[in-house]
Amino acid sequence: MEKNNNKGWLYLLPAIAFLGLFMVYPLIDVSIYSIEEGYNSASQSFFGVGLYNYSYVLHDPYFLQALKNTFILVAITVPVSTSIALLISLGLNSITKLKVMYQTIFFLPYVTNTLAVGLVFMILFNKTAYTDGFANLIINYFGGSSVDFINGPYWAKMFVLCFYTVWVVMPFKVLTLTSALASVNQQYYDAAKIDSASKLRTFTKITLPMISPIVFYLVITGFIGAFKAYGDAVALFGTDLNAAEMNTIVGYICDMLYGNSGGYPSYASAGAIILFVIVLTITCLNLLISKKHVYY
Amino acid sequence: MANQSSFEKLNKTANAKKKAANAIIYALLSFWAVMILFPFYWMLLTSIKSYSSYNSEFKPMLYTLKPTIDNYKLAFTAVPLSRYFMNTLIFTISATSLMLAITVFSAYAFAKLNFKGKSFAFTLFLALMMIPNELVIVTNFVTITNLGMRNTYLGLVLPSIASVFYIYLLKENFEQIPAELYYAAKVDGTSDLAYLFKVMIPICKPTIFTIAILKAIECWNSYVWPRLITDDANYFVVSNGIQEIRENGFGRENIPAMMAAVVVISVPLIILYFIFRKSIMEGVAHGGTKG
Amino acid sequence: MKVVLQNLTKIYPSRNKKTDSDVIAVNDFSFEIASGDLVGLLGPSGCGKSTALNLICGLQSPTSGSIFFDEDDVTAVPPERRGVGVVFQNYALYPHLTVKENILFPLQNLKGPDKIPKQDMLNRANEVAGLVQIAGLMERKPSELSGGQQQRVAIARALVKMPRILLLDEPFSNLDARLRLQTREELRRIQRQTQITTVFVTHDQEEAMSISDTIIVMRDGKIEQIGKPQQVYDNPANLFVASFLGTPPINVFEGHVANGSAYIGNEAVISGINAENQQVYIGIRPEGFILNRQGPLKCELSRVEAMGRDISIVSKHSASASSIVRSICSESDISFESEQVCFSLKPEKVFLFSKETEERITSA
Repeated sequence: MEKNNNKGWLYLLPAIAFLGLFMVYPLIDVSIYSIEEGYNSASQSFFGVGLYNYSYVLHDPYFLQALKNTFILVAITVPVSTSIALLISLGLNSITKLKVMYQTIFFLPYVTNTLAVGLVFMILFNKTAYTDGFANLIINYFGGSSVDFINGPYWAKMFVLCFYTVWVVMPFKVLTLTSALASVNQQYYDAAKIDSASKLRTFTKITLPMISPIVFYLVITGFIGAFKAYGDAVALFGTDLNAAEMNTIVGYICDMLYGNSGGYPSYASAGAIILFVIVLTITCLNLLISKKHVYY
Repeated sequence: MANQSSFEKLNKTANAKKKAANAIIYALLSFWAVMILFPFYWMLLTSIKSYSSYNSEFKPMLYTLKPTIDNYKLAFTAVPLSRYFMNTLIFTISATSLMLAITVFSAYAFAKLNFKGKSFAFTLFLALMMIPNELVIVTNFVTITNLGMRNTYLGLVLPSIASVFYIYLLKENFEQIPAELYYAAKVDGTSDLAYLFKVMIPICKPTIFTIAILKAIECWNSYVWPRLITDDANYFVVSNGIQEIRENGFGRENIPAMMAAVVVISVPLIILYFIFRKSIMEGVAHGGTKG
Repeated sequence: MKVVLQNLTKIYPSRNKKTDSDVIAVNDFSFEIASGDLVGLLGPSGCGKSTALNLICGLQSPTSGSIFFDEDDVTAVPPERRGVGVVFQNYALYPHLTVKENILFPLQNLKGPDKIPKQDMLNRANEVAGLVQIAGLMERKPSELSGGQQQRVAIARALVKMPRILLLDEPFSNLDARLRLQTREELRRIQRQTQITTVFVTHDQEEAMSISDTIIVMRDGKIEQIGKPQQVYDNPANLFVASFLGTPPINVFEGHVANGSAYIGNEAVISGINAENQQVYIGIRPEGFILNRQGPLKCELSRVEAMGRDISIVSKHSASASSIVRSICSESDISFESEQVCFSLKPEKVFLFSKETEERITSA
């Protein structure tokens, strides 16, 4: 350990090489791309330098649609999934029988291919000429009329997307919260019991503050994850998300790079940087808010 | 005695309350369990319905009396499902093993070796953890295209084999090994490399295994990068494959065959999950995220 | 308030029915704690004393038997309605609340007719804070306090709701030696001042002896002896209690009783014993030895340790149950040139125990 030589760098070399080529260089490069105007990927030439790419992207109705969709998705799925996960974890932590079985089932979506299971969701919700689909069967049972969730009205599609996203992100949240709850020392609950604290008060005054760092962590990772949503939408609505009005920011970036409207790395870069700025801003905001409310 | 009975009463109502609360909890948990399991049931069910019977059900049936495996035959013959499978397998195994090699060496350097600029390098590494993949795919796409590696395994694998997060995870684990072991090995004349392979890796096997499993799951389910880098169906992984099947596969309406393909794609990971449930869940609880 | 335990038993069912047997943590406890007493529940670790404490405060419910607070049967009453204050071993202070909020917490939980106005709550919190001398720390978080201060906060939190009984689980175990001495005097003072019936659990006999009005010595879930500390020390009911109490510990010899005398080897060390002839253990307190060149108990001298006022003589004897015999004498006019040291014994410091049952036979 005392020996101070440079052999360490040799061990780090592969990591540095790959991280440099595929992480650091792109970071610089993407910023440059984003300000090169009129870049042509075939001739690798550009007219000038400026903020036109950003202006183009921010005026592109497809991007605005993607931005709106992503924000709605984030605003709905993060609070919904976190609170349901909290409820389920509380339930899991208060039982002993069958606990492992429930945990095993609840974690299952984590190991499934988002695209594959998304297809199943699509079929469950799809309304075609041949069938109204299973979801509509239930709606009809409760007296509602059939809705086309996949090719129908905007909010119906958004509902399915949110529903599926919650389904996909739940395992991680349930697992994390369950272990956080289990790590709260039993002695605090005993003390609260002796102090005649009601169940609700014990939860709000003791349990919640004690697990607040984890809840906060989940909210942040939830935000970041939801802002990067793409695969779920593709699974449900196909690759032409612009036509389905269901595109997301990452989807827009991919489409700009390669796809029906592809071949514009400059626009894609500008989009990627806008995404990064949004995520960074929201994370910082979260950090600021948490300073006040999260107990460490 | 009046006292005694009132206490009993109190006890009884407390018990009844507890039972009611338990019933609600189990109902909630079971409800969510059904929500999780139903899509899996539905894909299995649909995959064994015949094409004609599926299309004749305007109201979908919750069971079938005439199961068939025709859809599975179709899934492997009508579309190159086994090809997608092999591609994913090659992609997953090579990416995971390369990633492991790089991770082990880097984590070892950070945890146990002393060299100039180590703490600076480590800070830089940590800073990279905040960079989202989505930010760099644009350039990576261009880089890989310029290297002529689109539609190759190398192009699929290379950008994702250096993972700062896993290096960090393993470094933490390596650091828990007491320094005395290192000194003892030094006294015995063991080289750094031999020490790594004979002492560190065997001791940290569980963590390394967890990292491997997490990476494998990540690879098996990855979509965005493979979608960008492959447009030749010969190099599709299962995620693209499923999308391809959906859009151009068995004809848009052959849902049962599609579901058979979905089942085939989902099964390997589910089997892996049931075998390694504990280490997967512990690994994820330790610091994995989805996406 | 008086606390009465009647035939209290707690059995933990075994996890594995085939290999383990049920664990009886508390076995047929019956005793009465007088109102205003400070009681030390004493025993080696794993003897069930913490379980006993949890049964009294209601965190665990007994398998059988009953608990009375004065005339009320509280056996089935949940802990929050028993009116007990508990100081947990690790204090269980809520880390995210300040000292004041921690102390107020139990008061804020009061509901219905017991509810008290905010100002009264604050007054009461300040009052107990003054009592345990932490008035200056009210705005701090527990992590900013020393161990001793945390302990005081925990006591304040337990006292603020004016419990009928105060229970403390190993209250001094997390403190360093100096603080421990100080804190136990403090506990004694607070208890005297408030006159609350108090039970504390400890494995440290010195602790229990020094501040308790009554000690209860436990082993393997059973009560071995109850009494005033000095009384238990002077009159141990059996070999276990005799060896558990006292530092340095009692010296135990194998011996026998014959014709009214107790023998160690062939020497009659004590006479005038009113017991049948039998094999016995002879327990001799370290302070029960008198240096006497003609004394009947001949030991092989190992070393002499100075203890200030007294001297401690460490010697060996073949009949001793442990490898050394430690005696404490005040005389210093002893010549140590010989390798042998001879003692005569103070009869009141010598106890005989049946070899079979280990129960006390008689005092000499």
